[in-house]
Amino acid sequence: MIPYIPNTEVDVQEMLKAIGVKSIDDLFIDIKPQHKPKSFNLPESKSEFEVLEYIKELAAKNVQDLKYFIGGGYYDHYVPSAVSALISRGEFYTAYTPYQPECSQGTLQALYEFQSSICTLTGMEAANASLYDGGTALFEAIMMAIRITKRKKIVMDGGVSPIYRKIIDTYTSNLDYEFCETPVEHGHSSRSEIKKLLDKDTAAIILQNPNFFGAIDDFTDIVEEAHAQGVLVIESVYPISLGLIKPPGEMDVDIVTGEGQSLGLSLNFGGPYLGFMATKKKYIRKLPGRIVGETVDKNGQRCFVNTLQAREQHIRREKATSNICTNVSLCAVQSLIYMSLLGREGLKELAQTNLNKAEFMKQTLEKIDGVQVKRSSPSFNEFTVCLPIDASIVVEKMIPMGFAAGFPLGRYYEGMDNYMIIAVTEKRTKDEILEYAEALRNVLASELAKT
Amino acid sequence: MDLIFEKSVKGRRGYENPACDVDVVAEVPVNLKRKEDCAWPELSELDVVRHFTSLSQRNYAIDTQFYPLGSCTMKYNPKFTETACQTPGLADLHPLLPQLKQGEKHAQGALELMYELEQWLAEITGLDYFTMQPLAGAHGELTGVMMMAAYHKARGNKKKYIIVPDSAHGTNPATASIAGYDIISIPSDRDGSMDMEILKQHVTDEVAGLMLTCPNTHGVFNSNVDEIAKLIHSVDGIMYYDGANLNAILGRCRPGDLGFDVMHINTHKTFTTPHGGGGPGAGPVGVNKKLEPFLPISRVVKKEDGTFALNYNYPDSIGYISSFYGNFGLLVRAFAYIVMAGQEGLKAVSDHAVLNANYIRAKLKDTFHLEFDRICMHESVFSAKHQAACGVHAVDIAKYLIDQGMHPPTVYFPLTVKEAVMIEPTETESKQTMDLFVKAMKEVDHLSQEGQTDFSNLPQTTPVTRPDEVRAARELNTNFFELRGHIT
Repeated sequence: MIPYIPNTEVDVQEMLKAIGVKSIDDLFIDIKPQHKPKSFNLPESKSEFEVLEYIKELAAKNVQDLKYFIGGGYYDHYVPSAVSALISRGEFYTAYTPYQPECSQGTLQALYEFQSSICTLTGMEAANASLYDGGTALFEAIMMAIRITKRKKIVMDGGVSPIYRKIIDTYTSNLDYEFCETPVEHGHSSRSEIKKLLDKDTAAIILQNPNFFGAIDDFTDIVEEAHAQGVLVIESVYPISLGLIKPPGEMDVDIVTGEGQSLGLSLNFGGPYLGFMATKKKYIRKLPGRIVGETVDKNGQRCFVNTLQAREQHIRREKATSNICTNVSLCAVQSLIYMSLLGREGLKELAQTNLNKAEFMKQTLEKIDGVQVKRSSPSFNEFTVCLPIDASIVVEKMIPMGFAAGFPLGRYYEGMDNYMIIAVTEKRTKDEILEYAEALRNVLASELAKT
Repeated sequence: MDLIFEKSVKGRRGYENPACDVDVVAEVPVNLKRKEDCAWPELSELDVVRHFTSLSQRNYAIDTQFYPLGSCTMKYNPKFTETACQTPGLADLHPLLPQLKQGEKHAQGALELMYELEQWLAEITGLDYFTMQPLAGAHGELTGVMMMAAYHKARGNKKKYIIVPDSAHGTNPATASIAGYDIISIPSDRDGSMDMEILKQHVTDEVAGLMLTCPNTHGVFNSNVDEIAKLIHSVDGIMYYDGANLNAILGRCRPGDLGFDVMHINTHKTFTTPHGGGGPGAGPVGVNKKLEPFLPISRVVKKEDGTFALNYNYPDSIGYISSFYGNFGLLVRAFAYIVMAGQEGLKAVSDHAVLNANYIRAKLKDTFHLEFDRICMHESVFSAKHQAACGVHAVDIAKYLIDQGMHPPTVYFPLTVKEAVMIEPTETESKQTMDLFVKAMKEVDHLSQEGQTDFSNLPQTTPVTRPDEVRAARELNTNFFELRGHIT
């Protein structure tokens, strides 16, 4: 029996008596004989110890201690111990959505602080209290732009994550919207192609910075062009990069989304992650998801509440701005703890370390014959390289040597089989980078010898 | 309590980054550089620890309070599931790893775990296949309804409507609407079930499907469920099971056997992954063979040699619905819990959840108006209309309970019941705890009859009392920096 049911046999008898039935079965009278399960063949219960041993066995079948040079939007950053310690407090993780503000001020104030931290990071005026993840946040941003402009055409820059693009394809397949995609030239968004497509029917242009190839950009010119046509600009961002590079707010972007995994969350094989979204104050009523606002209580004391709830499904039902009920509050609070530990100087320093290590890695790899580092556009901590052979083979060979060497672009882009993107975070040491280079040199030599 | 930004002191540091051990200093080109610093606060680690510890103490939570929030299944979250998801080799795995050539070889344990979880969920629910990808219950609903749409498209069906009972959670109509359908709302009958006669009038060839929560938010199991399934199937409609209340029926019946074609599970309800103050959740979706071709990609498959792989090759699939394979960290917790509970444990969960709910119902039914006076499932819905007549509304009762050290039940939902008070104790609460709750509920009724207390000043034991919600919406202060000129 599981130990989380406190009722004793005596309790059960007393309760049945109070209810006025003879057995627990009598409580299930509405489930008729024809409704009985055709089968319920499950193993017997196990002790906590046995289950944890089983999970350990499963975990041992996964690769251990791999050095990640893979990013692609999800980065192996260090998570300080205080983050895990604080987020493990039961008062945070065993509470629910703050429906009763008086006994939920902990979560509510933290979410207000989270929104504020995202605003100052992105340079925007208003943020929501989180969305599922970066990909679904981008879809929600598109829907928001369509609601604001009442237009139906979306232009997507080729530098946006191909994973995000696949998600958006799925969600929009039944909806009556027109999608256009513009190419990437030498790592950068094609100004001329974008210009051609922006018109009075366009709801939004979607950009990403740094883009999937690692290139960083100043989109000010695109934003001006878009605004001249009444088109909204959506930018997907990588939070850590914003310690150094121009935030969307400094480019007059309208809606910002991002994947917050890099803000103190483990990689977790894909989730839970943290989607965030920020916008200009004038669009706040069109934002999806929960929003926490400051107010005062009856005694005039500052406090926090869920606000603008009239946009949400539990009030508006089929007329809601989104069907989202749960967001990812705990991940938002977790990232807030991380942002608070890092602080403004810590963020700048962290971003600079990432940039320096990536540059060191570029210089190291450039010394290897046949390896071409793409330098046509500046980058942050991730960049594109071209190898003399299929990158997926190189990456495959390097895993047993302890390196997740990069993400081969051939998986999502035709004709780019020899290319991969490499990410370098603060966790990668100089020695690891040098060992990586050595391993790469050996793999290339032995593979080229085969041909 | 001060905001974290108000505690910031210039020059203070809370954390030391790993050293930059390369002797290269790179520069971002000037035109791409950030002009104004991000204004994250500057604090010591202890400052941060005290701030968040204090914040946490301003929450009611399952670990500290009885939390009978109806329809939310606030059961105890066993601590060992937190240990399980932190297991080295799971928490640190990069999601792009299996997308590398031969990469699946290096994630066999994670893939096996998801495959095994799928087998368990299929047997528990009577459906054939599961996707673990949806990131929450509502996301699962959307996935399910998109599969429904794909099914009708493949069959050349022209469908326009989704039927939803008026007792449904708001996510059902919102989801159906976002997926492009119009909604037909069916009222409840006097027993709290969907009105069969009205339903029959609305079932036409244009009906794509019906979304049913069973037991519903009145705590009522719909005994006509098989008849409803026949009716919907007769127009080639799809039966959607909203798994929000699955906690009531484990081992007693299975949605797949009842005639449902697709369902979602809220792991944070039935399978006790933490609610997290409002997420993250996980919403695995199960389907029968009819909808199987439309499941999202990727899917975890077991190969003939016994190894596990991700298969993307399903031409009829609706495609990617999330970036990767679901909220893996939560799937690990749910898996650990299910394996621990086993057959006997899972059945006991529902037995005791229903027993506890009925105990509260029986104890309070002479004090509060019981909207549907019958045996309930996992929750019971009262109306505080008699107390409201004395000036004490459901919201006042909620605030009174807060002062008694209890989280209130859900109030004003379902929308079908005036002054609704919806109580779901779950199986993890003891008779002693419930007796204290019953006592408090009787006291508040007594006070309402006597007219003794000014409820508008409650609660008084919490750090703040009732907030001015109108002001919050009117003045819209949602960002500390906005009013302080920090906007760049």
